[in-house]
Amino acid sequence: MSKLYIARSPKLAARSLDGEMMIMSGADSTLYTLNKTATIIWQAADGKTSLQEIVEHRIVPEFEVEAGAALQDAEALARELAGHGILQVSEEPIPQPNSAAGEAR
Amino acid sequence: MSVLMQEMSEKALALGVPLSVQLDLTYRCNERCVHCYLDHDDHGEMTTAEIKYLLDEMAEAGVFILTISGGEIMLRRDFFEILEYARRLTFCIKLKTNAVLIREREAARIRDLGVESVQVSIYSHRPEVHDAITLVPGSLKRSLDAIRFLKSQGLKVIIANVLMTENMQDYQGVRALAEELGVNSTLDPTVTPMMDGNRSTVRLGVDESALKQVFRDQSLVGDVDEFCAVAASPSEDQMQALPCSAGHTAAYVSPYGDVYPCVQFPLPSGNVRKQRFIDIWKHSDQLREVRSIRLKDLPSCSQCAHGSTCTRCPGLAFMEGNMRGPSTQDCEKSFARTGIPSANLLSRKPAAANLVQIRALPTLAGATA
Ligand code: SF4
Ligand code: SF4
Repeated sequence: MSKLYIARSPKLAARSLDGEMMIMSGADSTLYTLNKTATIIWQAADGKTSLQEIVEHRIVPEFEVEAGAALQDAEALARELAGHGILQVSEEPIPQPNSAAGEAR
Repeated sequence: MSVLMQEMSEKALALGVPLSVQLDLTYRCNERCVHCYLDHDDHGEMTTAEIKYLLDEMAEAGVFILTISGGEIMLRRDFFEILEYARRLTFCIKLKTNAVLIREREAARIRDLGVESVQVSIYSHRPEVHDAITLVPGSLKRSLDAIRFLKSQGLKVIIANVLMTENMQDYQGVRALAEELGVNSTLDPTVTPMMDGNRSTVRLGVDESALKQVFRDQSLVGDVDEFCAVAASPSEDQMQALPCSAGHTAAYVSPYGDVYPCVQFPLPSGNVRKQRFIDIWKHSDQLREVRSIRLKDLPSCSQCAHGSTCTRCPGLAFMEGNMRGPSTQDCEKSFARTGIPSANLLSRKPAAANLVQIRALPTLAGATA
């Protein structure tokens, strides 16, 4: 399986509410909320850390899940979020512009 | 409000998070709207650094929806610097502006920064009426040009209209104009008193017969019978209801750093130049008092026939002298809507209440015609 890189789409509004991310897409004002696992993945989506590393370092220790299954789930989630335009997915690192909105708390 | 947004608001309420804040960058303005409630002199606006610090604090406190308003926001030379900084903190940003200073370049920049929506004040589709309200010749044309620039960038634009005697005949024209421009529009029948308590602006609002007409306009209210129906007395659950989001999940910050529960609720609750935003939000005595109030605690409103359906604004009530009291402007709206005088109107004027009884038939006939 090739490595996947993920990055938060620019122009999104986002804020964590009790560990769950609220995301508003500027394009159509649609509101999304992410559960705790999806929030961790979304917050770690910096374009340069691979999804595999994110799962190994952030998801597996936190939720005590099996790495292979967790990575499969994370990939499915990443592609779903990409389908909504709130995450970018690529097999190469994704360069981030300096001014991009991205310091979501 | 979407179901998901409603859910988020309830969660924010339970957690005590200020989900939504309006920040006014300035009270200065390039228009002089006759109904404006602001003092336009600059009494010491927050600096760019102070605003950036506040934005950091607000992001930390969990603020998600940030409405940036004024005065006219574009009069701040650092407007785009502030906007860019706020977007880097991933706020969902709504702008309120008269848009007179927005041309192609500004519209493109606003789009590039991922602003959620831009609300533009338009009071009439006719220049002679709009410009007579803003007191700036040519302002309608400038604002409409700006709306077109913003629209052509793909931005969501909302036209905000305030209903007054002066533009009463034009609200349908404004709605038609909004439709032609492909934007949404809102119509507010309430003229806000000035922040210092001066109520001279309120007189510009429409009278009862005009309110009745508006409340019976199906294109505005939907099902007229349902909208104008007199509701049952408030249930036990409704007696426990919160008046509105002010101070619960929403707050307002003035250009001088003063924190209020809402822009229309000028109860000084702290100043971000002296205290951290989150400390004011959590510990201010004033905000705590606002949060403690339920419908059952309102002496007149809890006894009123309109208690469960009234749009009572606690901020307007506060400006009349008592945040637990009725808001006369909302009593008038409830009366225009249903033909039934409110507990407030009845109790404040015993003599007039008798007259209402004597004249009950024509009044009610007029209301239901
Ligand atoms: S009802 Fe009044 S105080 Fe409450 S949010 Fe609305 S304007 Fe503000
Ligand atoms: S109509 Fe007046 S008295 Fe009745 S609930 Fe509304 S504000 Fe209170």
